[in-house]
Amino acid sequence: MAFISRGFKGKRRDPAASSRLPPGQYLVDGFPVLSAGPTPRADLAKWTFSIEGEVDEPRRWTWEEFRRLPSEKVTVDIHCVTKWSKLDTSWTGVSLDTLLEGVETAADYAVVFSDGGYTTNLPLEDLAGGKSWIAFEYDGRPLDPEHGGPARLLVPHLYFWKSAKWVRGITLQLEDQPGFWESNGYHLYGDPWREQRYWGD
Amino acid sequence: MKLDGNAIAGLLREIFTVEMTLAESTCAGCGAVHPVGRVDVYMNAPGVVVRCPSCEQVLMRIVHGKGRYWLDLAGVRRLEFADS
Repeated sequence: MAFISRGFKGKRRDPAASSRLPPGQYLVDGFPVLSAGPTPRADLAKWTFSIEGEVDEPRRWTWEEFRRLPSEKVTVDIHCVTKWSKLDTSWTGVSLDTLLEGVETAADYAVVFSDGGYTTNLPLEDLAGGKSWIAFEYDGRPLDPEHGGPARLLVPHLYFWKSAKWVRGITLQLEDQPGFWESNGYHLYGDPWREQRYWGD
Repeated sequence: MKLDGNAIAGLLREIFTVEMTLAESTCAGCGAVHPVGRVDVYMNAPGVVVRCPSCEQVLMRIVHGKGRYWLDLAGVRRLEFADS
C-alpha cells in the first residue's frame, strides 16, 4: 500500500524560476556533459588565446599573460539546445571586452575555434558589451576538462553550443561563416528565447 | 562518452533503410577503412558525431530535429555495403 504524505508536493520549485526558463526547456540541478569528440588535455605551457582574421594586428596571450588580465565573477543561467537549462551557474572569466580592447576591425562576425577542431559562429556584437567571457573557473574551482577546461567561451544569452569548450581563439570575419553545428542543421544565431534551434526556426 | 558504431545501428537503418553496421567506411582524412559498427560515436551532443577510430577526424554528423535529418558525410570518402 502506498503511503502518501499530505505535505509532499514534489520537488520544490522557485516560482521565479519558470519566468527564467526559455520555451521548450526544463530545469536540471546537475551539469550534463555534452561532447562531440574526445576530451583534449591542454598543456598550459603551450596554451595560447588568439584574436586573428580581420584585425589591424593579431593578438595572442599565453596562459600566464591571460591569467594576469582582470577577471570577473559572473552568475548566469545557461540553456542547452538539447532542452536542459541550469540556473545561477557561477563562473570566473575574462570579459571579451577586455580581450577586444583596442582591436581595430571592420569585422561584424566571429568564428570561435577550439582544441579538437570545434568551431562556432556568432556576430561580434554578441561577444562585446559585457555579454561574454573566456571562463577558467566554475564554482570557484579550475574548470574541469570535461566542462571545457582550461578555458571555454561563456556566452549565456545564446544556446550553450555557442559557449565553445577548450577555446583557443577567435577569428574576426566580414561575413558570417557557419560553425560545426551551424553548418549541419543548427541555427546560425541560436537565441533560446526565440527558440532558434534549427535552420528555419 | 565514446561509444561504437553499433550505438547508431537503428538510426542508420532508419536513414539508409538497410543494415549499415557491416558497411565499410573509408575516412576522407587518413584513408583508414573501418566497418561502421566499429567507428567512434559521440551521442551526448546536439547531434550524433561519428569519428574515425584511426585519426579521430569527423566522419559523419547527423542532426535530427523538426521532422528532418541533416546528414553531413564530408569526412567519409566511400561507403561500401551489400545490397538487400
